[in-house]
Formats: sequence, C-alpha cells, structure tokens
Amino acid sequence: MPLSPDEARRFAVLLESHAEQLTARWTELVTRSLRNRLSSAELQRQTSDLQRGFQQAFSGGATDLGDGPADELRAQLSELSNSRARQGFNATETAVSIYAFKDALLEVLGDQSDAATLRDYVAISGFVDRAALFTFDSYVRIRESLIADQTEQLLELSTPVVKLWEGVVAVPLVGTLDSARAQVVMERLLQTLVDTSSPYAIIDITGVPAVDTQVAQHILKTVVAARLMGADCIISGIRPQIAQTIVALGIEFGDIATKASLADALRHVISRTKQSGR
Amino acid sequence: MERVPVLKIGDILLVSIQIDMEDQVALQLQEDLAERIVATGVHGVIIDISALDIVDSFVGRTLAAIASVSRVLDAETVVVGMRPAVAITLVELGLSLPGIRTALNVELGIAMLGSRETVDVLGDEGETDPAVLTRE
Repeated sequence: MPLSPDEARRFAVLLESHAEQLTARWTELVTRSLRNRLSSAELQRQTSDLQRGFQQAFSGGATDLGDGPADELRAQLSELSNSRARQGFNATETAVSIYAFKDALLEVLGDQSDAATLRDYVAISGFVDRAALFTFDSYVRIRESLIADQTEQLLELSTPVVKLWEGVVAVPLVGTLDSARAQVVMERLLQTLVDTSSPYAIIDITGVPAVDTQVAQHILKTVVAARLMGADCIISGIRPQIAQTIVALGIEFGDIATKASLADALRHVISRTKQSGR
Repeated sequence: MERVPVLKIGDILLVSIQIDMEDQVALQLQEDLAERIVATGVHGVIIDISALDIVDSFVGRTLAAIASVSRVLDAETVVVGMRPAVAITLVELGLSLPGIRTALNVELGIAMLGSRETVDVLGDEGETDPAVLTRE
C-alpha cells in the first residue's frame, strides 16, 4: 500500500532528525548479520548513503518505490545488490541489509504503545519491504547475468580456431559437442575461413569424449557448409574407440578425409596444397 | 529489369552479383552468360556471390544450370565468396549445390581455374579431355 504524502513528509523529517542514530544502529545490525565479512567503515558508508537515499525519496514526496523521487534510491539499491552479488554474499545476506533498517527505525520511533506510532511503523516498514524485495529482484537479475556471461565465456574459451599453416586452419574440439556449441564452432570456423582465405580446415576431435549420431551430424553439416564456401575439411584425432563407435553406429563420412592424428591431417593438406600449387 | 554485368578479364568471365537475385534476374544472367561465353570464347567463369544475403533454392538451381551450360561450352564455373550464414542456411535446407565448384574468394577462384591447365587436381572427368589439356 503506498504511503500518503503526509506520511512521506513526516518520515522525511523523522529520518533527518535521527540520521546519525539510525545509521549507527543500522550499520551495527548489518555488520552482525554479515559476520564481519565487510569492514564496518564500508558498511557505515553504504548505510549512511542508503539512509540519505530513503530520506531524499521521502522528502521528494515519493509515496511508493516506483515513484520518480525514488529513482535515486532505486539506483542505490541496485548498486548495493550488484556489489553484494559480486562479492559472493547470498540472497538472505543481501536482503537482510535492507530489512535491518526496519529494526533500527523501530528503535527511533519512540513510544510504541501509541497507536499512531504503530501505524506509522507499519506504513514505513511496508515501504522498506518493497525496497528489500526490489534489492532481492536485482540481486537475482545480476546473478543470472553473471551466469549467462560465464556460459558465454566458456563457449568462447572452448572453441578456438587456430591457423596451423599458410592456408590451413584447425579447430581443436574439446568437450562434449551439443547443438549450441556446434553452432558456435561452425560459425567461427566458416568466418575464419573467409577472414584468412584458407582453403583447408582441420577439425580435430581428440578432445571429444564421445561421438554419437548427433555429434557426427553436427560435424558433417560443418564440413558440407565449408565445402559450399569452397574450402575442404579434414577430420582428425579419431581415437580407436571412437572409430569403433562410428562404424557400429553406421555413420557415413562419405568422401570426407579422416585421419588418425592432427599431424597426419596436416601432412595430407600440405601435400595437397603443393600438388594444386595454391 | 536490372541486369547483372558480365566482365571479361583475360580468359575468364567475372560476374559479381550485387543486387537481389530475383528469379527473372537469375534467368537473364543464365542466358547472358551463355551468349558471352560463345562470343568471347573464354574457358572460365567466376560468379561472385559475396554480396548475396540470401540464396534460395531457385538461385541454387540456376547456379547449377549455369555451371552445366558453361561446361557444355567448355568453360569451367566457380562460385566464389559464399557467406558463412548462406552456407549454413543451405546446409540446414539440405541444398548442397551438386556439380558446382566453389572457392573462398575471387583470388582463389582464379587460382583454381588457372591451375587447370597444369595439373588436374580435382579429378573432374571432363578435365581429362586432351583438347582441354593442350589448350593454349
């Protein structure tokens, strides 16, 4: 439930008049909940910033967290969850940093037997709850984006395309080849062929733990696409067990050259390069 | 209707497709090329499709037809500069453009045509024709 403008004004005055007391108590509570994993000087700075943020939001006439005057406060809250997420704090520890503000507030509100005071407390704690939920939301969003970034980095890391010789590039595949990775490998390889104008590509599958029909399908597609563009692909690094599996599964590589080792593949390509005088 | 220009460079006809390949344009190109091959007596055709974002099945078939027609007229066709995205799409569609020779860029395409006189590297049946090998 949003606050009334009158309440917002009153809270602004309250926060301003008890600023120091609130910040001190809040910092103390947060320090305890985080078990001294952040220095109290830093927490002091964070809480006093946030306290000022709340105060400015109220004095600007914000009746709800989504209001214009609360923009600054929302930015501060996202910033807080951002730093907490990156420092490895969990969701509870992040949210508690905001919830602790309510405890601190209760202490400065004064006589708690007064019904008006209690109503005020309920109103302001509703606002703080929404702020904490907002923090929690952005915490989750930041963690998700971190995970997405890492997944992407992993994809980038695991599919390098290296130039092996003049006009020869190689892709050493390491790890299981699922559809997403196969797509990345294919696009990268084809783009590298264009960029370096290399007419030969070697796909080395030494690091692929298992070749099933799906993996074979991905590799075949890559080879056909490279052919369409005018480059030849050689598959190398086929281990004995993999060769057995390929035959057992009845996978046909057709007229695609396959070699046991990368060295063989390179020798094959170089002799072909010399032959064609390219 | 727009027309694709056909340039003669030495013993090669160079076609660089810079416009959207509509069906009519493709058919017109097929006719123009056949006429120019006969008129100029060249032995190689390079079709550069590096500016093409889309190659549909009709264009693919026309390219194959151009290759067949020029082979009959004793000119070898090389399609060059296919973009990775185009190649991936064609593979996903199951179109492998049989009978078309490809190269990564114009330079490699010219090298491919140039190497024809010396060594028959690609083992095309038509290439063993003594008339072809003793040409020039």
